[in-house]
Amino acid sequence: MNTGARAFSLETVGMSKTFGQLVALEDVSISVKPGEFHALLGENGAGKSTLVKCIMGFYQPTRGHLIVDGQEKQIKSPADARDSGIGMVYQHFTLVPCLTAAENMVISRGDAPSIIDWTKEKKALATFMDRMPFQVPLNIPVSGLAAGEKQKLEILKQLYLDQRFLILDEPTSVLTPGEADEILGLVHTMAQKGEISVLMITHKFREVKAFADSVTVLRRGKLTGTGKVSDLSTDQMSHMMIGETQLRKSDSRKGDVKPKSRIELIGLFVDDNQGLPAVEAVDLKINGGEVLGIAGVSGNGQTELLEALAGQRPLKDGRIFVNGKPFEASRKDYDAFKVFGLPEEPLKNAAVKRMSVAENLAFRTFDKPPVTSIGWWLKPPKMREKAIDLIAQFRVKTPSPETPIENLSGGNVQRTILARELSGDVEVLIVANPCFGLDFASVAEIRAQIIHQRNSGAAILLISEDLDEILELSDRVAVMSEGQINYVVASAEADRNTIGKHMAGH
Amino acid sequence: MKTIDSYTAALPPRHRRSSVTFTSDRWRTTSEGVIIAFVALLTSGLLFSLFLLLLGKNPMQFFALIWQGGFGSSFSLQNSLQRAAPLILTGLAFAIPAKIGMTMIGAEGALVLGGFSSAAVAIPLVSTHQPVVPTMMIMALTGILTGALWTGFAGWLKYKRGVNETISTLLLTYIAIAIMNFFVEGLLRDPASKNKASTMPIGQDYMVGLMPGMDVHWGLVVGVVFAVALHVLMTRTTFGFAVRISGGNVRAALAQGLPVGKLILTCSAIAGMCAGLAGYFEVAAIQGQANASLAARYGFTGILVSFLARHNALAVIPVAIMFGAISAAGGLIQRRMDMPDATALVLQGIIFVVLLASETVYGRFAMFQPKLETAR
Repeated sequence: MNTGARAFSLETVGMSKTFGQLVALEDVSISVKPGEFHALLGENGAGKSTLVKCIMGFYQPTRGHLIVDGQEKQIKSPADARDSGIGMVYQHFTLVPCLTAAENMVISRGDAPSIIDWTKEKKALATFMDRMPFQVPLNIPVSGLAAGEKQKLEILKQLYLDQRFLILDEPTSVLTPGEADEILGLVHTMAQKGEISVLMITHKFREVKAFADSVTVLRRGKLTGTGKVSDLSTDQMSHMMIGETQLRKSDSRKGDVKPKSRIELIGLFVDDNQGLPAVEAVDLKINGGEVLGIAGVSGNGQTELLEALAGQRPLKDGRIFVNGKPFEASRKDYDAFKVFGLPEEPLKNAAVKRMSVAENLAFRTFDKPPVTSIGWWLKPPKMREKAIDLIAQFRVKTPSPETPIENLSGGNVQRTILARELSGDVEVLIVANPCFGLDFASVAEIRAQIIHQRNSGAAILLISEDLDEILELSDRVAVMSEGQINYVVASAEADRNTIGKHMAGH
Repeated sequence: MKTIDSYTAALPPRHRRSSVTFTSDRWRTTSEGVIIAFVALLTSGLLFSLFLLLLGKNPMQFFALIWQGGFGSSFSLQNSLQRAAPLILTGLAFAIPAKIGMTMIGAEGALVLGGFSSAAVAIPLVSTHQPVVPTMMIMALTGILTGALWTGFAGWLKYKRGVNETISTLLLTYIAIAIMNFFVEGLLRDPASKNKASTMPIGQDYMVGLMPGMDVHWGLVVGVVFAVALHVLMTRTTFGFAVRISGGNVRAALAQGLPVGKLILTCSAIAGMCAGLAGYFEVAAIQGQANASLAARYGFTGILVSFLARHNALAVIPVAIMFGAISAAGGLIQRRMDMPDATALVLQGIIFVVLLASETVYGRFAMFQPKLETAR
C-alpha cells in the first residue's frame, strides 16, 4: 500500500433501472474524475440510492454501463465492487459494537484468515494508521466511541480495505454539525491530495457548497443538472432538484404563545429495546400556540421518547399532564384531550399498507358515530362518505377511496395521515422527523400545517434530526443528548454552535 | 326506466369514477386470491401425480377415486360433510388469530382438551340422569370454555411475556394430549374400556343427533353459523376493524391507542372456542367418549384449510368440505389402489408446501394490481 495519488475515475453511461412499471432511474450519465469530491443531490425518491446501488452491484442496471478507471466494467455484486476498489460508507453504522476498532477493520477484510494472528495484524494496523490523516482509538469496543469517531472509523475501514473510490451515503445525518464539518473536511483534503475520489449522496446544500468540487442533480430518476459547484448558486441547484413544483408557503407566525402550559412531561424515564435507559428525567412544558423543537443527533433517546408519547413503548417512570389533568397514551385520552400525532415514515408508523385509503382515514373515527351505530356496528358507506370529503379537502391523489394505501406515493400517504390527524380540533400535536422519506412539496405542506396549527393555538412537540428545520419552525429549542434534555433556548436567541455543542453532550 | 348509469350520472364525476374503481379493485384482489389458490392446488396435484407415477400408480385413477369417495354418492358426500364439520371450526381457529398477525397452530390441543373436558363434565351429569338438553349445553360450554382458556393462555403469554405464539401453541398441544391421556388412562378410565382406554360413554341419549334425513351431525350447521358470524365480526364491527389495524401494523395500532393486548387475548380465546367446540362435537356426535382418537389431526389440517382460504372465514367452509372429501376418500383409495393411509397426508403436505410457496407470488402479476397512480 502506498499513499501516493491513487484515486481513479468512475463514470456511468446511460444508466437506467426499472422495477416493474416503475422507472427508478432513466438514462443517467455521471462522471467523477480522479481525486474529485463529487456531490449527488436530489430529494427523496429522486434515484440517488438506485444509482449508487447499481454502481455497488446491489442492483443490475436495466440499461447502461459503468466505466471504472477508464475501462468498462461489469459489477455483478458488492464483492465485485470491493475488488474494483469501490467502497461505500452507509448512512447508518455497519460496525460491530462489541468489537474494537482494530477487530472491526480486520474482520471486514474479505480475505481474513480463519485463525487471525492478532499480534501481526495489530502491527500492520499501526503502520497503516501512521499514514492516515486522522486517528481513532483502536483498542476499545466501538460501542464506546462517539458518533463522529464511528463515522471516521467507517471511512478508515474503507481505506484499510484499499478502497480508493468512496461512496458516502448522507454521511452526516448521524453527526453533530461540528463533527460533520470535521469529517467532510478530512475527506476533502484526502481527495485534493489525489488519494481518493468521492461520490457523496446528500440533500444539504450547505455541505455541497462547502466541500464538493462538482455536483450532479437528479430528479424523478433523471439527471437535471451537473457542473462545478463554484459555477452554481444554491438557487440554481434547488431549482434543478425540485423543478417547477410550487412549494406551499407557510403562514407567518401569528399570535402570542398562550401563557398557560398545555402539555407537561414530568420526570419521564423510558427504556430501549435492550432494557437500558434511553430517556432519563425529561421535564418539558409546552404552552398553547407554541412549537417546541427537540434537536439532537439520532440515537440519543428521541425515538424512545416519541414512542412513549405515542403509546408504542411503556413509560418506566414519570407522568404526563394535558391541561393539568393526568394523561395516558390510550384511545380514550387521545380523544378527550385532542392529542394527535404525525410520526416519521407514515407508512411504517401510522398506516396499514393493505387497508384502503378510506379505512386508513377512519382510524380515529371508526369506533364513534356516525361511522358506527349501536356502538360497534360499522357503516362502511358513512366511512366512505367521510373519506371522500377528507380526500378532497386535503387534496390526496388516489384512484379511489378503496385503493390500498400502499399504492399511493409517499407524499399522498403523508397527506392521508395529515387529513386523518388534523381535520378536527387539535390541542396537542406530536410531530417526528417530517422530512424523512418525503419530497420537498410534501415537507413544505407539513411545515405549513404545523405553523397553521400553532397559530390556531395547539401545543406542538417537534422532534427532528434536522437542525435547520427545528430552527425554522420552533418557538423554543430543546437539545437532547444521551437521553437527557441538557439545553433549552428560545429560537430567537438560539445559536447553531451552542446548540451543536450541546448536541455533542457538552 | 331508469338505468344505473342515469343514477350515477347525477353524482359529481369524482364519485362516479371512484365507484367504478371500487368494484374493479375489489374484483382484482378477490380474483387474485382465488386464481392463485387454484393454481397452487393444480400444481400440488401435478406434483402428487409425479409421486404416484414414481410408485407405479395411476394418478387419474387416484383423482377419480377422490371424486368418487368424496362426492360420488350421497353416502360419500355425507361422509365428506361429516369430516368437514370439525375442519371448519379448526380452520377458523387458525384464521382468526391470523387476522391479528398471529400464527397459532395449537387447535389440535384445544380440540383434544375441549373434547376431553366436555366428556369429563358429562360423567357426573349422565350418571345421575340429569335432563338431556341442559347437560348437552353444559358439555358444549365446558368444551368451548376449556378451549378458550387453553389457547387464551398462549395469547396471554404472547401479550404479557412476549412468548412466541407459534412455539407455545405447538408445545401446549403436546401437553394437552398428555393431560387427556393422563386422565383417560388413570382417574377417569372407564373400567369397561378394555382395549382402548376411554372415559365413560355419555350414552346415546346425550349424543348430538343427525340432521333430519341425513347422516351428518349438527356440528356442520354450527360450524357454518360460526364461520358466517366470525366473518361478520371481522368485516362489519369495530372489533374486527381494530383487529385488522393491529394485525396490519401494530405500531400504528398502538399509536391510535388501540388495546392491542386485549385484542390479542380475545382473538386467541375465539380460536380456542372454535377448537374446543370442535372437540365437543367429536365427543358428543362421533366418539361418545373421550379417548386417544380425539387427536385425529383435525387441528393440524385446519391450518391448511385456513391457508388455502387465505384466512377468510367464509372461504373456510368450501375448503373444509374439500379436505373432508379427501379424507373421506381415504378408505376407498386404500382398498382400490392398495396404498397406505398416509397417502392422503402426503397429498396434504404437498398442498401445504406449494401454498406457502405461492404466498410469495402475490402482487407479482400486473393484471391483479390496481392501476398505479399517475399523478404525484
